Formats: sequence, structure tokens, C-alpha cells
Amino acid sequence: MTEETGTVLVEPTEDNGKERYYVRFTLAQRYLHAMLFTSFLGLAATGLPMRFSDNATARVFASAVGGFGAILFLHKFCAIVLTLAFLYHLKDLATRVFVDKEKGIFWGPNSMVANWKDVQDLVGHLRWFVGLGPKPKFDRFAYWEKFDYWAVFWGMIVIGFSGYAMWFAPFFARFLPGWALNAVLVVHGEEALLAILFIFSIHFVPMDMVIFTGKETEEEFKKKRTLEYERLAAEGKLETRVGDRPVYWWVNFAKVIGFTAILIGLVLLVLTLIGYFGTS
Amino acid sequence: MNADLCKTEAPEVGSRSKIVAVAIAALLLFLPFALQAQADCLTCHADQTLQDASGKNVGVDGDKFHSSIHGSLSCSDCHTTIKEYPHPDTVTTVKCSACHADEGKAVAGSIHDGTSANPCTSCHGDAHSIFPKDDPRAAVYPLNIPKTCGTCHANESLAKKYGLQNVYATYMDSIHGYAVSKEGLLVAANCMSCHGSHKILSHKDDKSTTARVNVPNTCGACHGGVKDEYLSGVHGKAVVAGDATAPVCTDCHTAHAILQPTESSFRMQSTPICGSCHKEELATYRDTFHSQLGLLGGYVETARCWDCHGAHGNLPASDPASPINKANLIKTCGRCHKDANASFVQYQPHANPHNRKLNPALYFVRLFMNLLLWSTLSFFTLHTLLWFIRAKKEQGKSGQSAGEKHD
Repeated sequence: MTEETGTVLVEPTEDNGKERYYVRFTLAQRYLHAMLFTSFLGLAATGLPMRFSDNATARVFASAVGGFGAILFLHKFCAIVLTLAFLYHLKDLATRVFVDKEKGIFWGPNSMVANWKDVQDLVGHLRWFVGLGPKPKFDRFAYWEKFDYWAVFWGMIVIGFSGYAMWFAPFFARFLPGWALNAVLVVHGEEALLAILFIFSIHFVPMDMVIFTGKETEEEFKKKRTLEYERLAAEGKLETRVGDRPVYWWVNFAKVIGFTAILIGLVLLVLTLIGYFGTS
Repeated sequence: MNADLCKTEAPEVGSRSKIVAVAIAALLLFLPFALQAQADCLTCHADQTLQDASGKNVGVDGDKFHSSIHGSLSCSDCHTTIKEYPHPDTVTTVKCSACHADEGKAVAGSIHDGTSANPCTSCHGDAHSIFPKDDPRAAVYPLNIPKTCGTCHANESLAKKYGLQNVYATYMDSIHGYAVSKEGLLVAANCMSCHGSHKILSHKDDKSTTARVNVPNTCGACHGGVKDEYLSGVHGKAVVAGDATAPVCTDCHTAHAILQPTESSFRMQSTPICGSCHKEELATYRDTFHSQLGLLGGYVETARCWDCHGAHGNLPASDPASPINKANLIKTCGRCHKDANASFVQYQPHANPHNRKLNPALYFVRLFMNLLLWSTLSFFTLHTLLWFIRAKKEQGKSGQSAGEKHD
């Protein structure tokens, strides 16, 4: 993962044309990710000024977009977009389980659910980091990828619930105890901090373009997800995953989008750290 | 003589009936003598460029003087040492207090005593064109007062000399200054309304209208309803009881830069003022959604201290009349939160997540979230760092062949 450089824009060459590409993410999944990260950036950009509103940068930003009313409006707008993305994902899962009767969605190599192998991989990976063992071979979803997925999944429920509880406080107060109305702000703010700090530092680091292009080369596939590749090869199903080489402009476009997101993220990260350590 | 008479009366025709009445009475009584005397003096002094031996301008605008409040007096009534021509070598300064004894005494006991060689004309303007205070031409006409006081009090060097704040600009930008200068409201507070006129005392003097203990009465002279409300609240009662730390009007509203309380800049500036005494409450308020949003400005409906506690007649929560009394919370919160219900108003606007005893649930929620935050971040930061170092080492080991393949 860290070997991926991805900083140079690609150009159409004959070399690229010869390589085989495999599909990792469908177009729908990539759109969902785009919806997720754009709304997340929006939420972070509008949420941070509210969380650290005693910070001068926050006030300048807020007055630039039209005061807290505008900030709150944009925050709620992005929240709805993100909620829709989340609901779409749930609907997609439900379809795959109940309509398509897709097997292995809850268990096995194609599932996001953690299993014993993930624990072994984590331990093995850590041992490899410090030179105590060989590098583990990963299947379709490595343990840190599953963590990323569940972190977002849990995060959306927690942050979404606490957010809507504040938005519609009198309604939520009908079935929540009084202190919960105080707690939701603490939960919302802390979970948001965790998400922002995690996404804008740790999640960015491998910088794998496959989430934007959806496809990776045979070499990458073999190297990063060795077990999945070997399994598919043994089952003779490798052909079912072959995809077109991503067109070069799309790769470049994806890189521009990706790096823009990272740039915004890093700026917000710095502001978050200033806000956190400067005031609290 | 007839021509003179007409001339004298002409400017007064348009003035208020009272002045006319006084003037007519004065005319009937003194005019023959006064005008004769004035005419004599004006033979020379009507020359606007006339100067005395020391170079001081001694020209007088006869018409203006006739129309002034002193227009019926003869020159020698004030210039008592000048009875004939040629004038004596030494001339004494006119003493206004010869007639205006009470005012003279008041000024002598005021903070302005000794600040000017001619204390009366400093405010009332040119001695020969003094008009009654309800005449728009008067320097002490309500709408002219800020400018009159401002001749000294808007002066930077003078402000520095006496260690005063330069309050002219802040007053002019205030709601009172606006009402006077833009709306032309005669009833709006000008300098005199609060500070008085002749016997202005330092606010450090207990007898001053601007002394802390007297401020509620001074402001209350116009804002009577607010004063009553204030005196019924804890702050007002404390002031009456002699508590010097209790807030008076000016502590929250300031003295000169008074803003319309619904204006966003006032709503932005006033919470820290309450917090300067109520420190703990401000700190806990800062942790809430109300404050976090409120600090961002723009439209600022989020609850500030007085939106819940009331502005003037503040009462403790235990008082049934207090807006923050349990029985009144639904109504108070409901002013902003339309569907506020019994459970909703259990929300604690001053909860302290750091206080385990007062807010145990909140304390543990925060603790859990913090542990989650820092353990996750610490673990994965270490994870990423170790990975990065390992990957760099592997790159070095596998050498150039692997590197070339990639690019």
C-alpha cells in the first residue's frame, strides 16, 4: 500500500495498454464514496468552526460564508447528503442479502465482518513491522480496511443520531432523558474530532487510487491482495473480475479530486489541531 | 429709532411665543434705555474687525446680540467697568455669576472648575449670541450639546491631559448619539441628560449623577419601567443594599457606546460582561451549543444569558417569578424552541462534563469518547508509522530492480 506513489499524472502509453486490470470497486460504490467524502469534507469544514468557535479562524470563516445561520444550514445540508449515502448503502446491503441472496456477505473472504484471520493478520503485520516475522498475505479486505469501514459505519450511526437529536431536540426529548440532550453535543463533537483526525491523517496515508478508478493492475492485485488473487485463480474465476483499463483522463481527474480532498483535509486537520490544543 | 425697533423685533417674530412674550415685556420696560446704550457702543463695536490694545477682537454683531437672550440688556450691565468713552485702562472680565449666582456656584463646585478661563462661554458659546436652551441656535440646545461638549471632549490631547477616555466618537455611534444626531430626538439622552450641566462631578464622587449608586436613577429618569424592573431583581436590590460589586446599567450597557440590545454586536459583546462576574457559569455556557454557535456571529438568535435569565429583573431560580424557575422553563425555552416539553427542559444549559459529581452521565460519556478518540488515534498513528518505516526498509532491501519496475 505504501509503495503506491500515485503522484505523477499518467499518460496513455502502449505499456499501460498491455496490462490487465481487475475490478475492485463498482461504479456505484465509487459514487457512494464520492458522495461520502464530499459531504464529509463539507461537514468537517462547517462543523469545525462551530466546535472551535472561540477560534479567530472560525469566526472569519463563519462571517465569510454568512454567519452561523449559513454555517448551520450548510452543515445540515451535507448531513442530509451523507444520510442519503448511508441509507443507500443500507438499501444496497439489504438488496444483496434478501433479493440477490448473495452468499458470504456476513462471513468469508468477501465480507466486511471481522474474523479470526483478521486478528492473526493484525498480529502478523505488527510482527512484520518490527522484523519478527514474514509479511502476512491479505485477502480481499484487510483488517485495517475493515476497521475503516466499521469506523465509518459506527461513526455515522453515532454522529448521525446525535446530530439529529440536536436538530430535532424537542422531538427526541420525548423518549430521551434530559441529560442525553447534553450528552449528544459531547458525543457529536468528540466523534467528529475522531473522524476528522483519523480520516485526514491515517486514512489518507496509503493513497490508493483504486477507490477512484475502481480497477487495479494485475501486479497490484497480486501484491496487495495475494490471497484473493490466488483464490480466484485456483477457482478459475479470475476472468470474471477483469475490467477495462481506466481511461487516462479519468485517472488524472481522480488524482486531482483525490489530492484536492487531501489538501482540504490537511488544512482542516491543522485547523483542528490548532483549535483543539489552542483552546481546550 | 423706529427703524431700529423694527430691526430688533424682526428676527424674533419667528421664534417661540414665550420668547416673544418675554422680549415684548423687556422691550416695554428697558428698550428705550438699552437700545440707546447699545447703539452708542455699536457705533464703534459694530465693526467686526475692531481689536483692543491686546489684539483681541472686540467686534459685536448687533443684530445677533439683539436677538439673543441678553439682547435687552445694555452693554454696561455686563461690562460693568466700561461706562464711558474713552474706556478705562484696565477692564475686568465679565462675571456672569453677578446675575447667574446659582449657576456660578454650581460650576465652581464642579469638575470643570478651573479648567477654563471663561467657563460659561466654553459651553454657552459667544457671549453676545447666547440663546435660551430650547432655541435651536443655542449651543446648549439638546441637539447641539454633543457637539458643544465635543469641542473639548473629542479633543485627543485634552482627553490625554485629563486622563479621560475619548468618548465623543463612541457616544455619537451609540443608540443615544444616533437618536440625537440622526433622528433629531429632543428627548434622547445627550451628555447633559446623564452628567447634568453646571454641577458636573466625577463619577468617583458619590454625589455625581454618574456615580455607580446613582446610575440606576440617572438612567431611570428616562427608562423608568426598566429601572423598576431592575430594582426588583437581585442586581438592583444588591446595589440598593450597598453592594459596590453589583452591576448597574452601565456595566452591561456601557456608558457611552450604548447599543440597541437586539443588535448583533450587543448580543456578541454582552455575554462576557455577565461572565466577568459569573465566571463558572460562563465557562460551562461556553461548552454548550448555544455558545458555540453564538460566538460565530451573523444572525445571533442563540440564547445569551439574558434570553433565559431576564435582562433587568434577574431573579434566582428558586423564585417562582424567575424565568428559570422550574415551573417557567417550558415557557422560557419555548420562546425559541417551539415544541419544548417537560423532558426537553431538563437539558442543562450550564452542564459541566468535567464535574463527575454534578453531571455523572455527561462525565462518563465524555470520558468514554475521549478514551475512544485517543486510543484509536494512538494505535493507528503508531501502526502507520511502523508500517512506513518497514516499507522503506523493504524498498531498500529489494533494491533497484523493484523500483524500476514501478515507474
